[in-house]
Amino acid sequence: MRPVYAVTGGVSKFAKARPDKTFQAVVKEAYDYAVGDMGLEHAQFIEAVDGSVASYFSDHFTRQLKAGTMVQDYLGLCPKPSHRVEGGGATGGICFQEAWKQVASGYMEVCLAYGFETMSHVNTWTGNEFIALASDVSFDYPVGGFYSGYYAMMVTRHMKEFGTTAEQMAYVSVKNHMNAYHNPYAQKRMRLTVDDVRQSPMVAWPLTRLDICVMSDGAAVVVLASEEGLARLEKASGKSLPKVVVRGIGNGTDAMRMADRPHQKFDDFVANNLLDCENNDADLSYYRDLWKKGFRYPGIHSFRAGRMASKQAYKNGGILDPLEELDFIELHDAYTSSEIQTYEDMGLCRYGEGGAFAESGKAFVPGIDYGLDLKEKPVCPVNPSGGLIACGHPVGATGLMQAVFAIWQLQGTVGKHFEDETLQVRGARRGTIHSHAGTGTYVTVSILEAER
Amino acid sequence: MSGKGTIKARVVETDMGTTVFNVPFPTTLDDKALEALRFMAPITIKQPYHIDYIHSYGQDSPWFAGLANGHLLGNRDVKTGYTYALPRGNDMYTGQETEWVELPAEGKIHAVTVCYFGSEEFLPETPFILILVEFDGVDTLLLTRLLGVDPEEINLDWIGMPVIAKFRRLSQLKPTDIYFVPGTQS
Repeated sequence: MRPVYAVTGGVSKFAKARPDKTFQAVVKEAYDYAVGDMGLEHAQFIEAVDGSVASYFSDHFTRQLKAGTMVQDYLGLCPKPSHRVEGGGATGGICFQEAWKQVASGYMEVCLAYGFETMSHVNTWTGNEFIALASDVSFDYPVGGFYSGYYAMMVTRHMKEFGTTAEQMAYVSVKNHMNAYHNPYAQKRMRLTVDDVRQSPMVAWPLTRLDICVMSDGAAVVVLASEEGLARLEKASGKSLPKVVVRGIGNGTDAMRMADRPHQKFDDFVANNLLDCENNDADLSYYRDLWKKGFRYPGIHSFRAGRMASKQAYKNGGILDPLEELDFIELHDAYTSSEIQTYEDMGLCRYGEGGAFAESGKAFVPGIDYGLDLKEKPVCPVNPSGGLIACGHPVGATGLMQAVFAIWQLQGTVGKHFEDETLQVRGARRGTIHSHAGTGTYVTVSILEAER
Repeated sequence: MSGKGTIKARVVETDMGTTVFNVPFPTTLDDKALEALRFMAPITIKQPYHIDYIHSYGQDSPWFAGLANGHLLGNRDVKTGYTYALPRGNDMYTGQETEWVELPAEGKIHAVTVCYFGSEEFLPETPFILILVEFDGVDTLLLTRLLGVDPEEINLDWIGMPVIAKFRRLSQLKPTDIYFVPGTQS
């Protein structure tokens, strides 16, 4: 595989509804922004780009099959190659990785990854139904039929097993909504307190409306290129473009029905799922004690797919200690609870310590007054953009949105794009994006690094 | 932000509307009128969509037939004894075809929630309680509904609570033909 550069990207404003434009035109907004950001005209980019990967989750939402083709021709990319990817909530992350493969394999020099979702075509409860159809329709959908219910069950187990509290989850909501206050692309920009989150209407105990991301319309695009492709784009624009390289990718899966997730033995966990940063006497002893107390892995409290995606990406990207070596993470926080579960999968803390990590302050952005009493200083800001909870979750666009915000962080251009410097992680050199589907059925982790 | 005890001050919004027979449009399409079309508000229409699916339970069919007759079945790997609380025609470790076994009629709550909202189909049933049940000697869990407790009383101590299986008298051939209530058989 050869080096792949994440050159630039664009994001449409995420909103509850975009009746002013069809999905093709919303993607065009993000596309125009990305092309303009490289200093190119449309015709120059079309000449430089070799093809595309299209990302959208649900054909039900658009009631339009082959919607990707309609974006392809609207953008003027025909007759170049394209294919569509779909993987539930991880669709955007999978799209990013598929575009990476187009370039890394040598099939393309420049690839456009575009993603969108228009969830406003149906009311919220029908939308929840469409999303719930991404659970087993013979056994899960007819019983629960509601993803928030599935996640709520996972976190009640996490709470019982580890003592995690609803207030710790609320810290995630306060953090992400407050971060989004400085992100003009975000759908929900709110200053909240822990009480606000807990007093918000209960959706699926203990998850309130402010613990859960919302339905959105929106689009995002990313341009990936080989060295030759980058040179092509630079020649066309007549300027040097910032170098952000995709250092490593990882992908993991798990059983569709969370009830089917195995309960592994300690030795199997160590052999298959332990991260390098946990391979020491103290952590092994900690885990041995957990198993003695009846802990089983992954159970429903942990996402083995997220752990395996992280493990693989860290290996490919040369990361030994993620908390110390990553400058920020944009992770898939469809629920405050899943952000906490994901801290553990990604090795920012040990399994069982996610709740304490959430309220420690380590995952916050420096220099922002959250109105919280944080015991520790920020180490690795998680979801500096505001994440899904505050930015919104137009599924096919979400993973690519994370990539765009990560690219801007690593270019040091957040101030330019947000017209606000607050969320720029100073000196950010390496960041990670994480995209998650189902109840942890697909997870992608991709590591991006600035070359200076 | 509304909490408990607040009075609703908004009418309930539905997506019902009036059928429109004439759409406002410029009477003369001169250059000025054509230019103004760029600023026209979008037209939004409602499109009903209904499908009857012919959904086969395939190799999992005996599980539903079991529920219809008051029996909870699971699948077991013949060699290893690994037992699934949900149907699975082939074992995920050995790849071999599994055998049918009858599961215990009582278990313990492994995880729980109360859904105050749901997807459209289930909104009329809210609030409903979802649980995952663990059974002695069974390696995986069962997603099901819990009845016979007050949803408002939910707390983490419910995890570990013994529950017993009940069956719908009139089968709908759905996994909700079985549900659980607190208690033990003895």
